[in-house]
Amino acid sequence: MDKYGKIIGINGNMISVVFEGNVLQNEMGYVLSGEECIKAEVIKIRNNIAYMQVFENTKGLKVNDTVQFTGQMLSVQLGPGLLGQIYDGLQNPLTELAGKYGFFLPRGVTMNPLDTKKVWHFNPMVKVGEKIVKGFPLGYVQEGIFSHYIMVPFDLEGEFTIESIVNEGDYTIQDRVAVIKDREGKIFELDMVFSWPIKIPIKVYREKFTPTHPLITRIRIIDTFFPICKGGTYCIPGPFGAGKTVLQQLTSKYAEADIVIIAACGERAGEVVETLRKFPELIDPKTGRSLMERTIIVCNTSSMPVAARDASVYTAATLGEYYRQMGLDVLLLADSTSRWAQAIREVSGRLEEIPGEEAYPAYLESRIAEFYERAGEVELVFGKRGSLTIGGTVSPAGGNFEEPVTQATLKVVGAFHGLSRERAEARRFPSIDPLDSWSRYKSFIPQEMVWQAKEILVRGNEVNQMMKVVGEEGTSMDDFLVYLKAEFLDSVYLQQNAFDPVDAATTPQRQEYVFSKVVEVLNRNFNFSNKDEARKFFYELRQMFIDWNYKEWGSIEFKNQEKLIDDFLQKQLVSI
Amino acid sequence: MRRVYTKVISIVGNVITVKAKGASYYELAQIKTQRGISLAQVIKLEGEIVSLQVFAGSRGISTNDEVVFLGHPMQVGFSQNMLGRIFDGCGNPRDKGPLLIENLIEIAGPPVNPAKRIIPSRMIRTNIPMIDVFNSLVVSQKLPIFSVSGEPYNELLARIALQAEVDMIILGGIGLKYDQYLFFRETLEREGAMHRAIFFIHTASDPIVEGLMVPDLCLAVAEKFALQGEDVLVLLTDMTNFSDALKEISITMEQVPSNRGYPGDLYSQLAARYEKAVDFENAGSITILAVTTMPGDDVTHPVPDNTGYITEGQFYLRNGRIEPFGSLSRLKQLVNDKTRKDHRAIMDGMIQLYAQYKETEEKRAMGFRMSTWDKKLLKYGKLFESQMMDLSVNIPLEEALDRSWQILASCFRPEETSFRTDLIKEFWPKDKV
Repeated sequence: MDKYGKIIGINGNMISVVFEGNVLQNEMGYVLSGEECIKAEVIKIRNNIAYMQVFENTKGLKVNDTVQFTGQMLSVQLGPGLLGQIYDGLQNPLTELAGKYGFFLPRGVTMNPLDTKKVWHFNPMVKVGEKIVKGFPLGYVQEGIFSHYIMVPFDLEGEFTIESIVNEGDYTIQDRVAVIKDREGKIFELDMVFSWPIKIPIKVYREKFTPTHPLITRIRIIDTFFPICKGGTYCIPGPFGAGKTVLQQLTSKYAEADIVIIAACGERAGEVVETLRKFPELIDPKTGRSLMERTIIVCNTSSMPVAARDASVYTAATLGEYYRQMGLDVLLLADSTSRWAQAIREVSGRLEEIPGEEAYPAYLESRIAEFYERAGEVELVFGKRGSLTIGGTVSPAGGNFEEPVTQATLKVVGAFHGLSRERAEARRFPSIDPLDSWSRYKSFIPQEMVWQAKEILVRGNEVNQMMKVVGEEGTSMDDFLVYLKAEFLDSVYLQQNAFDPVDAATTPQRQEYVFSKVVEVLNRNFNFSNKDEARKFFYELRQMFIDWNYKEWGSIEFKNQEKLIDDFLQKQLVSI
Repeated sequence: MRRVYTKVISIVGNVITVKAKGASYYELAQIKTQRGISLAQVIKLEGEIVSLQVFAGSRGISTNDEVVFLGHPMQVGFSQNMLGRIFDGCGNPRDKGPLLIENLIEIAGPPVNPAKRIIPSRMIRTNIPMIDVFNSLVVSQKLPIFSVSGEPYNELLARIALQAEVDMIILGGIGLKYDQYLFFRETLEREGAMHRAIFFIHTASDPIVEGLMVPDLCLAVAEKFALQGEDVLVLLTDMTNFSDALKEISITMEQVPSNRGYPGDLYSQLAARYEKAVDFENAGSITILAVTTMPGDDVTHPVPDNTGYITEGQFYLRNGRIEPFGSLSRLKQLVNDKTRKDHRAIMDGMIQLYAQYKETEEKRAMGFRMSTWDKKLLKYGKLFESQMMDLSVNIPLEEALDRSWQILASCFRPEETSFRTDLIKEFWPKDKV
């Protein structure tokens, strides 16, 4: 039975609706305005008035317009066909919308997120009479390179018996593939798709572990110095222009995860375009297939409706958890969580809640914590392990990390990659600050070597600060060498050229190999007669290492360049 | 059917409330006051209480003035006849030309579907080396000029507009000083560009709320022309005034301010305008250049800060020069690989050296002895500032690149520059190896 209400007030994207009977918190409703049907979500109920945030522009709505309640919370559709898709925050497929409506996103249109006509080849994995629980695979279909498990819907509680299962063959997602029966004898018919409310985490697993397996990003400063782990969380705060987005794009391209979900939340549309136009052409070196086959983009860019921006991060997290449930390693990149926080702030302001710091609501911290807690490496009900890793960028106002969103995020993440404006302005990319950043996870590089290198960086920075006061002539030769070594480490290892095909991504083997050579230089004692000579030596050495970074791993040029470096170092030893 | 109400309940700031039935959100209304007719827009509905922001300001409105609801949101005309015309912040003629009544279009239309956008790939040459070499401007880019009051930002805007190869120029003035408006008009007339320009001018003496419409008017018209295949350059000066108008309205509406009195949705409001910049597949494009004055030269002020997160880079104008630090074109990587192969290396290398020069300059100012290396840097810095950064330099990109190598070679040995060896072999001036 449908329930209806009537609009009694409109303020920005917030409407107040008077209703009779029952209404759920977070229930979905539709504003019926003329021909249009506009989605809205209940976010506050007081007496018989529901306050709803509208997922579209409210232009032209009137008092007394009808609102239809659905009785459902905001949900996404889960099933085969999600990979390679570009969705808006409410899971509307943007490519299909473009095909139907052209250049613009008209108001009040929705489309089925999954292709209901596409045929999938279903392979059963259970037999009649078997006992199963929610999250257990009934069978699989091949989705690109992955075996996409068709699982018992996550909201079915208790133990079930398989009553019937279809034979191997071709089915659409709406065809019935299995019938199961619970203990009371109640029958459930299952097809290949089910829905899940996006704001509720999927917790269908036996155990959640501490993240220990490194997730390789092929960005040297991250993997070697501030690593991330499968099932872990990290954040990238930075002022505008510091290279957050380039870093996220590189990670989405090179990270060694099975599936990457990009949540473009309230950022520029142009950035998504690059991903969605280039990924289909790029080949994933690990699988030999197009990168798009392992990617889902959830995109609610800055000019798209604000309320859907709030939904987009939850949509992305839910899709990530779904693929994790199949035993895959999923990486969710949210860019940027500050825009999401701002969306929460806008809604809170319209609800006239008492504001906290910088007008953010008091529950900001718990919302952020809840979101990052959806990450984790877990053992699934059928024994496999899967993981969801979450990395979020933060765009602090004025680049100042002492603001509510950055601080709330730092409390809950496992690694912090702070970008610095100084490094960006000096064109030192990636501009992750090697002195401020940290990670609670372990790198694959021996810990002692990393510490040695960090030590040099810290001391080099001290010397540099000192030199600004006492000048170069007032600095001892030993200190000056530390400074040069720190600069050397920065130039040849921490900095990485994102626009060079070779240097953009460094494999773990290469990192181990090159890093040990760099550390060798750092640990070496040099003897120079004056500072100009020392500087000249290090600048030449730097040049050679930079050239080395541009040579393909294992190629003849790579070996030749290494020989050049060895000879150059040897010569310096002899001349002492 | 026109609905007329004559009971104004309250007048607070530039917002009035009336009791009316059937008003729709963002609907336009006319208020007939003794000073004439003023436009107003619905910004809040609460039962039968309708709040309207009055574009001409609420001064002189009487509680029994007539409020006529027009039944549609803000519209603007669109036709080829608009070229060469000048309008005010409500879309009425500021010149002596006719009213816009034909072919009306709604402003602030729906956003472009990201899936229909294409990767920008066309560079806009300006013959300003600090832009062409270091931060190339690209078709469909949105880029603000960050500056303090008193800098020649409008002159820079006009110069880019005239030298850039675009089909049309649409100028939106928000709180523009009258003499600056005349400056734009005269410059474009003198250079013969007025016939391909449209002005929407809200001057500093007009009611501040009227300026709120200007970006939407400009962009709605630009969008229509772009869909017809024109490459449109939209100039907005100054977006800080626009933000201040937003602030005024939101404070009047008793919204909780987020930062220095600005509303929490400042980011979304600015983004809704800037994101109209687009390159349509098989049609035209919109490129947006805007001025954002920074109160107190403070880039962390909410307006430049939010703008920086939305736009695709920014030009810092300081002391009459485009600063290399902080200035950034995010789209430059999409075009500067197709110009000349030393372009990117020059772009990064020159700036890294200039950063070192700045450090040395600081040391020198503090009275430290200068090493040989320091002296080289000092020489380099001076040359760079006079031959590249100066705004009077007006040379094509290729010439600017050649000049860069000359500057480098007159200051350094090749290996001191950290350029890649293959580039040094090819481009380092042969007489100076």
